[in-house]
Amino acid sequence: MSARQGGGRTMSEVTYLEGIRQALFEEMERDPNVFCLGEDIGTYGGAFKVTDGLQAKFGASRVIDTPISEIAIVGAAAGAAHMGMRPVCEMQFMDFVSNAYDMLTNYVATARYRIGLGCPMVVRGPSGGYVRGGPFHSQNPEAAFFHTPGLKIVSPASASDAKGLMKAAIRDDDCVLFFEHKYLYRRIKEEMPAGDHVVPIGKARTAREGTDVSIITYSATLWKALEAAEIMQAEDGVSVEVIDLRTLLPMDDAAIVETVRKTNRVLIVHEDTRTGGIAGEITARINETCFEWLDAPVLRVTAADVPLPYSPPLEDYVLPQTSDIVRALRRIVAY
Amino acid sequence: MMLTREQKLELYYYMRLTRSLEERLVNLYRQTKVIGGLFRSLGQEADAVGAAYALDKSKGDILSPLIRNLGAMLVRGAEPTEVIKQYMAKGDSPTKGKELNIHFGGIERGFVGQISHLGDMVPVMAGVTLAAKMRGEDRVGLVFVGDGATSTGAFHEGINFAAVQRCPLVVIVENNGYAYSTPVAKQTAAKSFVDKAIGYGIPGEQADGNDVLAVYDVTRRAVDRARRGEGVTLIELITYRRKGHAEHDNQSYVPEGEIDRWAAENDPIDRFMKVLRAEKVKASELTAIDDRVRTEIDTATDVADASPMPEPVEALRGVYANQANVPPLWFREDVSSAVDSHERASGWGTYDV
Repeated sequence: MSARQGGGRTMSEVTYLEGIRQALFEEMERDPNVFCLGEDIGTYGGAFKVTDGLQAKFGASRVIDTPISEIAIVGAAAGAAHMGMRPVCEMQFMDFVSNAYDMLTNYVATARYRIGLGCPMVVRGPSGGYVRGGPFHSQNPEAAFFHTPGLKIVSPASASDAKGLMKAAIRDDDCVLFFEHKYLYRRIKEEMPAGDHVVPIGKARTAREGTDVSIITYSATLWKALEAAEIMQAEDGVSVEVIDLRTLLPMDDAAIVETVRKTNRVLIVHEDTRTGGIAGEITARINETCFEWLDAPVLRVTAADVPLPYSPPLEDYVLPQTSDIVRALRRIVAY
Repeated sequence: MMLTREQKLELYYYMRLTRSLEERLVNLYRQTKVIGGLFRSLGQEADAVGAAYALDKSKGDILSPLIRNLGAMLVRGAEPTEVIKQYMAKGDSPTKGKELNIHFGGIERGFVGQISHLGDMVPVMAGVTLAAKMRGEDRVGLVFVGDGATSTGAFHEGINFAAVQRCPLVVIVENNGYAYSTPVAKQTAAKSFVDKAIGYGIPGEQADGNDVLAVYDVTRRAVDRARRGEGVTLIELITYRRKGHAEHDNQSYVPEGEIDRWAAENDPIDRFMKVLRAEKVKASELTAIDDRVRTEIDTATDVADASPMPEPVEALRGVYANQANVPPLWFREDVSSAVDSHERASGWGTYDV
């Protein structure tokens, strides 16, 4: 997937999944108010083993195996958060966060604004496709919450960001939805920065410097964007800049404006479906803030507007692929 | 209500078919021909088969199965070929590769494909049976949930709604001891799931889920009540999940000896064979059924194996009633496939890849 992933693995390299696990461990050690709750997260260590070892270390009262009740998991987290606790909820798959939609959008997102009650809590879990999970184990439901003022949304693409953003999310005084990508869990690894590694929420990252065209993306499609950038450099001699948003809400407008002013051409890539997706909002912001800097229309590469199908030929057809990004970049560059 | 000898042999056939078909799927899974997870109902065949058998095909009864109710779907007419094609994500599977495993079916077939969100099928089946009631039809509905699904809001709202409307619905809680890794004691503080019926103001009955005849009897009583216009019944069937949540799950959370004990002392097929033998069914008759099952599964496997994978553009069809297909995105015009090969992501990443 990248140079970082290739051979030469050293002892200090950790996976995306392990980065999240480390963050949970470190934050639970640092602050006794931090606790985890979710389905099968304790004894079993979670469906993906993200919380493996947590209950053995911190006990069943701080790593709580819950009934299958997303409404209660999120609602109870909100109540505990009011009392000064720092709950971290696991959705076994982010596809199931839809069950807690009411609790998140009506209660959690509005509590501070309405009555001054904060909800310092994290709702985390695996999202995303490319894994043959079918319509209910592959979703990217971030856009449904992107439209809700009062929530924060984080969607890391690298192992170090997964760890650093998780620590920031747990320390944040508001509710952070933390979309992990299950395709990345064990497929990417990198050397983890030493010490208390915290990545600030709301700051994008330049994943690759470039001068001719920019890709703005987040989560798993970052790696496809980087692949496409390599191809464009090798085959077309085009220098592609890649911006990894990392946080979707609040969005790093300054980073977007900066890259637009630098390359004057923008492609937005996300794995979520097209209509009502994050790319539309980014496009609108670019139009409003730096239209005069553009040399080409802003284009989008996204999933098609269909439920995500299961069979590999279908899933691979619906989801964005590297070849799509190359095709889109060539159209933008030719403008 | 007494079952004939032929009917009892039919129950045996469906239980054996369920078990053998899943064993074949395990082989295919190990050959990496099954795409995604594989879900077993080993040791639970009696509750699925016995309950579905209490429905009446001629009256258009409708079943909503859950992931461990393959046997119930087979009783309602699902074909082994379809099941294998589904698990292999084939283009001519019932869902054309769009949905996975046993998530398929339709109203006209008498069983409705589930979604993964547990409990959601309870309100849906409340609506299916409400429509039957509104139209004066004789139909009855049956919805399976597991012990885990009873903890969801959808279960509660659905069964309460159906109870208030006196829908002709049977709700079966298949208590197999575990929801993924979570034992029943962490799922509910109630002594038994059947106790929940009181709170909804409906009759509740509990039965031995590994006794296929007891399952049939208790379900049949509830179906008859529903058909008489007496509304919803909650049934708890006690059984045991002898395999993990899915094939990747090593069941590390299960106390030692528990699975072996159920396998040795309370296997639903072994138990039913003893009953049949006591009723003078010859061993050779049962062997003949086993042979028939094996032949059917062999044939189904060959057919499914030879089936094509779907064409990529199939992904764009069937989203809306009034639209043949969603138009391809601009970067996919004239592109039949955006990748050279399709990665097989085993186990959804739930274990080391």
